Amino acid sequence: MIEVDPDRCAGSGMCALTDPAVFDQDEVDGTVVLLDPTAVGHEKEAREAAHLCPAGAIRVIE
Amino acid sequence: MTETLHPELPMERSSPLDPPTRLGELRETEPISRLQFPDGHLGWLVTSHSLTRAVLADQRFSNRPELQHSPIRIGGQVVPPSPPSEPGMFITTDGAEHSRYRKLLTGQFTVRRMNQLTPRIEQIVANHLAAMREAGPGVDLVQAFALPVPSMVICELLGVPYEEREGFQRDTGTSFKLSNDFEEIQAAFNRIKAFVADLVRRKHDDPGDDMLTGLIQSGELNDEEVTNMGLLLLVAGHETTANMLGIGTLALLQHPDQLAELRADPSLVDNAVEELMRYLSIIQLGPIRTALEDLELGGVTVKEGESVVISVPAANRDPNRFDRPDELDIHRPATGHVGFGHGVHQCLGQQLARIEMRVAFRALFTEFPDLRLAIPASEVPMRTDMGIYGVHRLPVEFS
Ligand code: SF4
Repeated sequence: MIEVDPDRCAGSGMCALTDPAVFDQDEVDGTVVLLDPTAVGHEKEAREAAHLCPAGAIRVIE
Repeated sequence: MTETLHPELPMERSSPLDPPTRLGELRETEPISRLQFPDGHLGWLVTSHSLTRAVLADQRFSNRPELQHSPIRIGGQVVPPSPPSEPGMFITTDGAEHSRYRKLLTGQFTVRRMNQLTPRIEQIVANHLAAMREAGPGVDLVQAFALPVPSMVICELLGVPYEEREGFQRDTGTSFKLSNDFEEIQAAFNRIKAFVADLVRRKHDDPGDDMLTGLIQSGELNDEEVTNMGLLLLVAGHETTANMLGIGTLALLQHPDQLAELRADPSLVDNAVEELMRYLSIIQLGPIRTALEDLELGGVTVKEGESVVISVPAANRDPNRFDRPDELDIHRPATGHVGFGHGVHQCLGQQLARIEMRVAFRALFTEFPDLRLAIPASEVPMRTDMGIYGVHRLPVEFS
């Protein structure tokens, strides 16, 4: 499971760049939008995105 | 050409594409080490990748200018204390103040928006390469390509008339030159500010489909705030990418095997851009943060009020994070580098910069299959005297 916290998000876009199937960015303020909280088949990318997120706004719960 | 500096921060490089040797030595023995600042302040220097991330992600470290000490002299002088941030200078604010400004901009810099700009960037790149061929067989790549491409892109995005670029380009150069007097730098900066302020006034009467107009019309900001935000975007938007294009080209020309692979498979360019960001780390001064309270970091206690200088070049060559860090390898997984920073201040324009670099490198090496240096590499004037590293000029030839 993935959790995101748009309040912490800095809108860097690293998540959407890492896996556009799981993450997107809000049209208006650029903050993270979680497209697929389960990320089945995308676990590796989701962990990578959580690691790369500069603002610590993504959590992967194993 | 290069001028003599008197940095307390190690800045002497033994080879043009590598960070100062002393930084690597420190990273091995003391990844957080004491640094004597020119104003007498005793602060810290961080050289490892993990501590860099720790500092930049920690909100107990402030980015406010009035709390910071400069790790180098500028123009041979001790840098005087900075005044607090002006309204809208979001880079140098903390917490809620920072996120309020930043969020007004992040929607403009999403991955999707930047991807939509790709065709226009391709066109700008193609036009400059055509002009370069026309001007050839020998040109300075910085003046012909590396500087004008990102300048034109950020001008179009912000709504700055490109014909008016000469003044702010010159003033940006002046304001990043470390051997200049502090007063000169301040004056150049004030001229850019006056230029943007005037532009904001003009946009009120003559709005366009651009970011400055968008910020004005958001109704959230006064003109001073819009001016300062625009100023940051304008300066950061052309100087950094321009230097990555210049020194990135040099680095690839110096690694012909890597370049041949890139030419054979242009889809490698995305990864090559990450690797160039890691390998070259053009931010050679800072970022700097100041502790808002006493805290533990890497086995030492950083006291409230102490400034910590981060070395991006050292962090990006950390062998604990990257295998064979001193080798340029366009195949390696280079993401996770801190070339765009880390934490809430991580570069806002990074997705734009990525696209500009991808398009530019790809087209440059496809269009000019025999691009080569016109002077020995050892004679390329490096920007050791500038806050942002790179090449002053890159004379190239092609047939
Ligand atoms: S990587 Fe983190 S900060 Fe950047 S857009 Fe995604 S959630 Fe936000």
